[in-house]
Amino acid sequence: MRFRRTLAVAAFGVLAIACAPPQASNDSPRQTGAAGETIGATTGELRVWLFQEASNDAKQAVVAEAKAEFEAAHDNVTVSVEYLPVDGRAPRFNGAFNDPASSPDIAEFGNTDLAGYTASNGFADLTGDVKAWPDSKDLVPTVLDTAEVDGRTYGIPWFTGTRALYYRTDVFTELGLKPPTTLDELTETARQIRAAKPDLYGIAVGGKYQFALLPYIWANGGDVAKKDGDTWKSTIDSKESRAGLAQYAELLRDDICPPAACAQLTGSQSVAAFAGGKAAMTIGGDFNRAAVDAGAVKGKYAVVPLPGTKSGEIAPAFAGGNLLGVFRSSQKYTLSLEFIKLLGGKKYQEKMYEAMGNMPTFSDVQDRIANDDPFLAPFIETAQAGTRFVPATPAWTKIDAAAVVPTAVQQVATGQLDVDAATKAAAAEMNEAFGS
Amino acid sequence: MVTAQVAPVLPERTRRGGRVAGTRRGDGRAALLYLVPAAVVLLALMAYPIYQLVVISLYDYGQPQASGAAPLVFLGADNYVTLLSDAQFWDVLATTVVFATVCVAGTLLVGTALAVLASRARPVPRMLLFLAALGAWATPTMAGSYVWLFLFDQDFGLVNEVLAGLGLDGMRGHSWTFERYSAFGLVAGEIVWCSFPFVMVTMYAGIRAIPGEVLEAAALDGASARRTATAVILPILKPLLMIATIQSIIWDFKVFTQIYVMTNGGGVAGQNLVLNVFAYQKAFAGEQYGLGAAIGVVMTVLLLLITGLYVRAQRGVR
Repeated sequence: MRFRRTLAVAAFGVLAIACAPPQASNDSPRQTGAAGETIGATTGELRVWLFQEASNDAKQAVVAEAKAEFEAAHDNVTVSVEYLPVDGRAPRFNGAFNDPASSPDIAEFGNTDLAGYTASNGFADLTGDVKAWPDSKDLVPTVLDTAEVDGRTYGIPWFTGTRALYYRTDVFTELGLKPPTTLDELTETARQIRAAKPDLYGIAVGGKYQFALLPYIWANGGDVAKKDGDTWKSTIDSKESRAGLAQYAELLRDDICPPAACAQLTGSQSVAAFAGGKAAMTIGGDFNRAAVDAGAVKGKYAVVPLPGTKSGEIAPAFAGGNLLGVFRSSQKYTLSLEFIKLLGGKKYQEKMYEAMGNMPTFSDVQDRIANDDPFLAPFIETAQAGTRFVPATPAWTKIDAAAVVPTAVQQVATGQLDVDAATKAAAAEMNEAFGS
Repeated sequence: MVTAQVAPVLPERTRRGGRVAGTRRGDGRAALLYLVPAAVVLLALMAYPIYQLVVISLYDYGQPQASGAAPLVFLGADNYVTLLSDAQFWDVLATTVVFATVCVAGTLLVGTALAVLASRARPVPRMLLFLAALGAWATPTMAGSYVWLFLFDQDFGLVNEVLAGLGLDGMRGHSWTFERYSAFGLVAGEIVWCSFPFVMVTMYAGIRAIPGEVLEAAALDGASARRTATAVILPILKPLLMIATIQSIIWDFKVFTQIYVMTNGGGVAGQNLVLNVFAYQKAFAGEQYGLGAAIGVVMTVLLLLITGLYVRAQRGVR
């Protein structure tokens, strides 16, 4: 009996001590961040993860071309590409980080995910190699910033996306209106339109449309958070940020975009409302063009940069976009780098633009296509006027998941809290996530 | 009085078997052997995950820790302290309890009422009722949630269309998911709709199993319909009712899909969050696996407590 009890206690003890939660080990060939030296194997299979798009055939065709070119230039190398759905990416990437042995070599990923991936040691430091790459001097600086965490570069920006103001030319002409030149004017215009045409939203924006809200905060001189030494501190409750949030929440009113319909709208839902002819304006990206053209308003809209607080200013846009990076656990670092320099290079960025409408990240390529395609002009104007980004810290993943900023907007829009109280609560929650 | 007639059969048999002292030990071994397969399955599929859940909840375990980029830090009860001192957690917990209670009560009520109806109906209407119930039962949760959303859609929903057609002009373009209680009500409706068939089928089987003689005897004793229902039928159905209640409590306390789909991840400004969606946001969307595990442990303990209390209360009544 005593023996049994001892055995049981011992077994439990061993279990409790030995079975800490599992952790992956990282022991792949190290990248020093220095340029030039060959690291890892230079033959074999190169595994690539790209995102599955709505019109994936066009993307696949361009990637197949790059693959053929790369395989022809490198003996005994095969490139195999897998397309991942964007929505289900988190478990796939986390799985790859947790099990380095089965991780691919290369991936396309969203720049807002970068800080979290970096905190998980997910991607290799490309700083030296990107700097040594002659073409990199043409990358738009604010776009390259989105590939950096703490001054180290972890990816090549493959394409960028900025948002601007879509408006209905037929409605504006009929009511004798001009596109707004300030954010205040935008509110006024939207109100006039809904008063004249009650079945239209003045502008379709939503409580969950963070990337439409952020330009309002930035245009008013605010920001969601500020880096203070090693930690971040929320500034969503600053005077300027509050002014921006209040100005945005003003749009979610019954006389512009009724909260019962708009408080829950996301970005793509806002654009869908505009595309379906339910709104006179919306804030949309260059990447939304296909969705809008597929709707009822094809040929009846135009785009201008989202104005700032003063006439002649452009509200700083969020620099969205995807990067190409090399997994830190890849056994073929140099080969992988060569491939992303090809696929993320000028030639294939231009091909991707032709196939998908993705906006390139090189300023010279941007200028070239802007000449040929007037639709892109306002977006490129916006991008080159300077874009901004969300806090590059893994804490942003938590803040984003808890929908801290959208919640504040929704609280104001539904009248649960005033701007001061909502932003104060949001700031407290953000600071807790930042650990400051 | 009826339970006294039906129940004692089993205990007596086992007692007789156990009386032969010499084989008791051998029986015990054989019983253990027979239990081994079930025990292996239970240990592998239940005990081990729960054990891991508890272990993870004691660490600061996020994505960086899982992928080996950051050291593991043993926190002890810190995750629990964080959780229990979070006002939002208590808010969500209270909401979940109330919401689950409403859903359980609704499910039992609708299920039992329809079971009684089915036991009185003629074969053809009964079959139609069962087909409708089984249809609701067989509908995948995701599909059911979307169908309800479409029915109650603000602009194109059938419900608003019909209400507006009946002259309620205010219902044109009415959003059912905007107000907190309206959204909860809609989700509760969907949950009752998809979970009443289980209660109905169980209770119907129970009602059909009541021997005709018992009811006849009650009638001969001059019991009114109401007294037959409360003093004869209900006590016989009690064990079944208990199973249905516990099942419903567990299901409705753990509801995830309906809230996540129908209120778009927890409603305007998180007003429709329930515990499971809250845990998902913390654990997976926010990649705080340790904290998420702590919520899981708290939920498991709560459910065990509720179930335990309920079982004990039922025993006391008997």
